[in-house]
Amino acid sequence: MHERIQIFSVIGSVGLLILIFELVRRRRLKEKYSLVWLFTSLALFAVSTIPGLLDSFGHAMGIYYSPTAFFILAFFFLTLIALQFSVVISKLSERNKTLSQEVALLKQRIEELEKKGR
Amino acid sequence: MRLIAIIPAYNEEATVGKVVAEIHSAMPEADVVVISDGSVDATASVAAASGAAVVNLPFNMGIGAAVQAGYRYAEQGGYDIAVQVDGDGQHDPSELAVIIGPVMAGNAEIVVGSRFIGRSDSDGFKSTRMRRIGISLFARVLSVMTGHRLTDPTSGFRACNRKTIRLFAQEYPDDYPEVESLLLAHLAGFRISEEPVKMRARGGGHSSITPIKSVYYMVKVMMVLFIWLVRKKPELEGRDA
Repeated sequence: MHERIQIFSVIGSVGLLILIFELVRRRRLKEKYSLVWLFTSLALFAVSTIPGLLDSFGHAMGIYYSPTAFFILAFFFLTLIALQFSVVISKLSERNKTLSQEVALLKQRIEELEKKGR
Repeated sequence: MRLIAIIPAYNEEATVGKVVAEIHSAMPEADVVVISDGSVDATASVAAASGAAVVNLPFNMGIGAAVQAGYRYAEQGGYDIAVQVDGDGQHDPSELAVIIGPVMAGNAEIVVGSRFIGRSDSDGFKSTRMRRIGISLFARVLSVMTGHRLTDPTSGFRACNRKTIRLFAQEYPDDYPEVESLLLAHLAGFRISEEPVKMRARGGGHSSITPIKSVYYMVKVMMVLFIWLVRKKPELEGRDA
C-alpha cells in the first residue's frame, strides 16, 4: 500500500476507535451496541496497519483488485450494523406501543376514580 | 356475563356519538369504551358526553394499536365478551346480537360480521369493486389456511370471548390488523365463524385506506399471512391458558 494512504487510514481507524471508546466511557453508547462498532473499527485498524493483510484477504476471496476487498469488508460490517439497528428499533417500537397503551389505560382509570371520588 | 363494546376512533367526531348511543339502545347491558387514537378533533369529548369510557392514546398509533388498547381495557376490566364496532358508523349496532349469539352459546371463540353471506346481494353497502376483489382474495387465502369458510376477513365488526380478548390483549398486529388477527386466533386454536350483517356507507370522516395504500395493504397482508406459516404459533400466556 502507498505510504501516504497508509498514514491516513491508520489515523482514521485509530480516530474511530478512540471515538467509540469515548462514547462508551461517557455512556453515550451502550456496551451492548458498541460491540459491532468495535469489531468494525478493529478490522479497519488491522487492515490499515498490517500491509499485506488486505491483499491476502482479497486473494483468499478471489478478488484481484484489493481495494475492492476493502469495500466488501466495509459493506459487510455496515450491513450488520444497519440490521442490528432494525432489530433494536423493532423491539423499541413494540415496547413503545405497549407503554403508550398502558399509560392511556392508567389515565382513563385515574379519571374514572377521580369522578367517583367527587 | 359482562359485555364491552370497543370502538376504535380516529377523528370521528361526526359519528362516534351516534354509534355509542346506538350501542346503548341496542344493548343497554353493555359497557362502551372508545379508544381515541390520538384524535385532534372532538372525538374524545363527544364520546365521553355520550356516556362511553374514553381511552385517549397519547398520539396516533394506528388502528391495530388502538384496537389492542381496547382489548387490554376489556382484559383488565374482566369482561367476558367484547365486540368491536367501527367509530365511523359503518356497523349497525342493532345487529350486535347476531354476532354475539354464537360466542355466547360457546360455538365460536370469535365471530365476524360478514357483508357477503346470507341475504340478497343487493342489500347494504358493499364497498367498491376493486376492494371487493381484494377482500375475496384474502377470504380465499384465509379460508384455505384456517379451514373455515370465511368471506369477509377485513370486516372490523366482531365479537370475541374471554380467551380471544386475552390473546389480543397480549398480541395484536399493528397495521391492517383485521385479516391477520383472524389467522392469529386460528393458530391459537380458536374457532372462527361468520354471521351475515348489513353494512352502511360511512357516516362521516374518511377511510384510512387510500388507493395508493391499498396496493401496499395487499402485499403486506399477504406477506404477513405467509410469514405466520413458519412462525411459532401464538399461545395464551398465564393462568388457565
